[in-house]
Amino acid sequence: MNVVIVGCGRTGAFLAELLDQGGDTVSIVDIERSAFKRLPADFKGTPVLGNGTDMDILRQAGVDKANAFLSLTEGDNRNLMAAQIAKKIFGVGQVIAKVNDPIRAATYRGQGLYTFSRTTILGTLLHAVLSGDKSIGPNLMREAMKHDEELSAELPSVKR
Amino acid sequence: MYFVVAGGGEVGFHLSKALLEAGHEVMIIERDHRRAVWIEEQLGSVVINAPADEGRYQIQAGCHRADAVLAVTGDDEDNLIISQLAKLKCGANRVIARVNNPKNEIVFKAMGIDETLSSTRVLMGVIEQELPTGGFMPLMPLTGSHLELIEAEIAPGTPPAGQEVQNLGLPTGSLIGGIVRKGEILHAHGDTRLEVGDRVIVFAPTAAEQEVRKALFG
Repeated sequence: MNVVIVGCGRTGAFLAELLDQGGDTVSIVDIERSAFKRLPADFKGTPVLGNGTDMDILRQAGVDKANAFLSLTEGDNRNLMAAQIAKKIFGVGQVIAKVNDPIRAATYRGQGLYTFSRTTILGTLLHAVLSGDKSIGPNLMREAMKHDEELSAELPSVKR
Repeated sequence: MYFVVAGGGEVGFHLSKALLEAGHEVMIIERDHRRAVWIEEQLGSVVINAPADEGRYQIQAGCHRADAVLAVTGDDEDNLIISQLAKLKCGANRVIARVNNPKNEIVFKAMGIDETLSSTRVLMGVIEQELPTGGFMPLMPLTGSHLELIEAEIAPGTPPAGQEVQNLGLPTGSLIGGIVRKGEILHAHGDTRLEVGDRVIVFAPTAAEQEVRKALFG
């Protein structure tokens, strides 16, 4: 699968690593060169330096051949603009945008974009864990914690 | 008329001031508290201190009953989302968006925002009119279309001098709106013969500007 990710923050870099290890072809766009430091040294994907709402940069990242597009920067509006460019101009099949304002997330979901809000996802998860919900809480937490363990195991051990 | 101005920066402030002076009603939505207070000191109670990209503040500002919502912040992504929300959530009658990067005009159109204004393009137009370009002047873009208005003066020794309008080879989709000859306006018929010194007014697709230039200058 060809995947384009806009935003090489913690989430973007983490997902890029997961996909890369799983054998997918990943390009990741960020406007800050230093953001790419979050990628692992053995990352086989393509970092693309530039503005993720610029069509030419997205084309450079291979959006016209992408099967999936994710917009994960810190700006809701930027994510929505990038996602709409991917969907409406380049016709990418699966387009996902992080939109932290729950109302805006819902509005654009009604317009055919897959949007999610960190606020409601995290809030719902924590609520499920607290109220002892067997269906989502423990499963999701287990998966997430497994990734945390893997990431910390990769750190070199420090001798004191 | 009633206007909601999203973004009280330099453009939003001066635009609102001009609209108020022209006797219109205005409500500005400005995110920054200090800027909002300053605008209120200058223009009176015409400001809501809130983010313009949230539906409830758009409704509070009256986007649903405004004659037009003007999204004029300095960020294209904000102007796009403000415009879309005004249409989707408020059913705004008319939305006009400022586009800072001219490349984004097509992006906005693809996303349902037809009326855009690019300050870069406006400036380019003004500069082109000021420069001697051999009598070929793109006058203005026509709002809400991909068309523009061009004026061209027929120069001696060029192919259109003495030529009939129908043989000019203007690109499809373009139309001669009129010919100014010795201060008088003439209808342009297929068999009207152009003379040196005629000023031809052409409506043409923006994309075909170079072809129009070629047809009128060789």
